[in-house]
Amino acid sequence: MRSDATADNVAHHFVDAAQQRDAATLGMWVFLVSELMFFGGLFTGYAYYRSTYDAAFAEASARLDILLGGLNTAVLLGSSLTMALAVRSAQLGESRNTARMLLATSVLGIVFLSVKAFEYAHKFHEHLVPGGTFRFNSPRADQVELFYSFYFVMTGFHALRLVIGFVILLLFAARAARGHFSKGYYAPVETAGLYWHFVDIIWIFLFPLLYLLGRHA
Amino acid sequence: MTAHVTSVKTYLVVFGALLLLTLATIGVAYVDLGAFNTPAAIVIAAAKSTLVLVFFMHLGREDRATAISLGAGAFLLTTLIVLTIADIIARITV
Repeated sequence: MRSDATADNVAHHFVDAAQQRDAATLGMWVFLVSELMFFGGLFTGYAYYRSTYDAAFAEASARLDILLGGLNTAVLLGSSLTMALAVRSAQLGESRNTARMLLATSVLGIVFLSVKAFEYAHKFHEHLVPGGTFRFNSPRADQVELFYSFYFVMTGFHALRLVIGFVILLLFAARAARGHFSKGYYAPVETAGLYWHFVDIIWIFLFPLLYLLGRHA
Repeated sequence: MTAHVTSVKTYLVVFGALLLLTLATIGVAYVDLGAFNTPAAIVIAAAKSTLVLVFFMHLGREDRATAISLGAGAFLLTTLIVLTIADIIARITV
């Protein structure tokens, strides 16, 4: 049986709110699996060249800023915390708190992207961006350039996902503030959360694999 | 459909653990473990991911259809990475 509070939010092709929620969750996970395969391909390519040009990758990684990378890791983990709290508030039907936590998550996302933009600008300045202007004083410069290709493609695609997530969070924060979600209808917040946490997990792997090579040498 | 609500305290503890593991992965990178630096980094990253998956994404509370999709994804990704690495290891350099 549908409860009156949720009937309005159940699309006509679903039996009830629970089925609709399961379908939304399934859809998001299937999408995340395809995202996993996308990044999995990049990680596999990285593994291949890393094992082939180990020394050059270590040399290249040393030019990345551990402090900024570590800070961004903490920022993103913090955003996952606020995201989890947003879903929790949504489960409890606390609309205002949900909106607040979604907003906090999007702000942390912007902090991450700002730090990333600063790092990118610095890399342009240091001529470490692959292409015509790339300059690196080492016999292994070509392989170092390859590392930076991986760096920009992987962190770039990751950042793109954060930008998309940021827009979704803002839209949902506005919806939460207007009381669109309730105890019986919070699947949009929950699936947005799954997406955001997934993007966090990608960074959890990117950070050590890009920033922390050859530090013990 | 009963929604299981995790306590704020649990979320904070998990967040603290994630920060500690981040410090651990940075610390381990500065210690020379020979061939084991990368495996150590990956093990720590896997541990962090597991915390996020279990506590933040509530993995393990999905229905059967979701579990099957996830299993398929994990299987394909493992195949991709394991076979590629097996090829790298077994390749004869001329």
